[in-house]
Amino acid sequence: MSSLDARVEGHDVEAQVIVRARGLERRFGEKRALRGLDLDLGERDCLVVTGPNGSGKSTLLALLAGLLAPTRGELEVSAARGSIGFLAHEPLVYRELTALENLELYGRLYRVRERRERIGMLLERYGLWDARRERVSAYSRGMVQRLALCRALLHDPRLLLLDEPFSSLDAAGAEVLDAELAALAGERALVLATHEPERVRPLATLDLALA
Amino acid sequence: MSAYLGDVVVLARKDLLLELRARDTVPAMLLFVVSALVVFRFSLPAEASDLAAVGLLWIAVVFTALLGLTRAFAAEREQRLLDGLVLAPCDRSAIWLAKSASVLAFLVLAEAIALPAFALFFAPVGWETVAAFALADLGIAAVGTLLAAMAAASRARELLLPLLFLPLVIPIVVGGVGASVQADPGRYLAFLGLYDLVFAILAWASFEYVVTE
Repeated sequence: MSSLDARVEGHDVEAQVIVRARGLERRFGEKRALRGLDLDLGERDCLVVTGPNGSGKSTLLALLAGLLAPTRGELEVSAARGSIGFLAHEPLVYRELTALENLELYGRLYRVRERRERIGMLLERYGLWDARRERVSAYSRGMVQRLALCRALLHDPRLLLLDEPFSSLDAAGAEVLDAELAALAGERALVLATHEPERVRPLATLDLALA
Repeated sequence: MSAYLGDVVVLARKDLLLELRARDTVPAMLLFVVSALVVFRFSLPAEASDLAAVGLLWIAVVFTALLGLTRAFAAEREQRLLDGLVLAPCDRSAIWLAKSASVLAFLVLAEAIALPAFALFFAPVGWETVAAFALADLGIAAVGTLLAAMAAASRARELLLPLLFLPLVIPIVVGGVGASVQADPGRYLAFLGLYDLVFAILAWASFEYVVTE
């Protein structure tokens, strides 16, 4: 049974709920990936999702992003499609395009204002500015993860869903992400699925342990 | 409307750029269609009529299109990129329209080689055949892109796409061959135009349901 463990001490229920789930369940054939989840996520909450491999963390994030439909239960996400930032296991960037071309593509599709400045700022922040004209196929795994983070953050989303965001990042990249998350916490709704909960625990207003 | 067309242009340009760099679809289509025509050249008896050859030309182009369609969503499928596009706030039919435009461009390129090759091996190509191919390409790109997106989500995609695509292009082959060989090609061309209109509207309207669960 999936359960929302507890609201972290000192953090009250937010007035404006951005995600509301009741009895949320998702099956893949006979396999039940997520079972009976109840969740109220405020628009400034930070939910940290933990659990072993196969416990349904990625499934939960895909449900919240709208990429999967629940098999049973209710799910309401009040953030519009264009205001959700999603970092999946796959980076969701074209390997034969450069970092700049990928972000330009997504920036146009997401109607990002002052797109060039925003892209430049993110590439600079994540240490990809010098490699911005190289094709992603020439990037290391860590650089691809940094680019995937830039893509997820590009449109300044109201609801940010990050699946293993620290995966493949080196110490410098992880520090940048730490600072990014610290700045966003309390400003945006964050859902972080991670095997390193201690890293983001200080930001958490909600903990969810999936089994 | 301008935002919609802007999305289509951006997405189509991305597909053309990817092909320009990876070159894994158009060269294969060109090689296939020329090879098929060469095989047909040697397999048809010397006394066979040019009408039979026209039928074979249409078969070669349909299978060349199938080859291109198999690769149409390769990048999106291999890296789950369709998720990234589907999450964007643009109208999802823009993804279909852009992909159809790139499929159409690849098909026109293949035919730009195939028709002169056909004229070299068999018989000259008349304006009615060119017009029929122009109309057929629209229908093939519209229907084929929708089916390629459906197949891309399936594990048996290499099997599923031909099984879905070939029955649906039979009217195109009937109309195309009819326009190429009949004395009065007008009604066959009109039939192809009607097919394009109906199936383009159906594909445009249903793409959203194909790419979302």
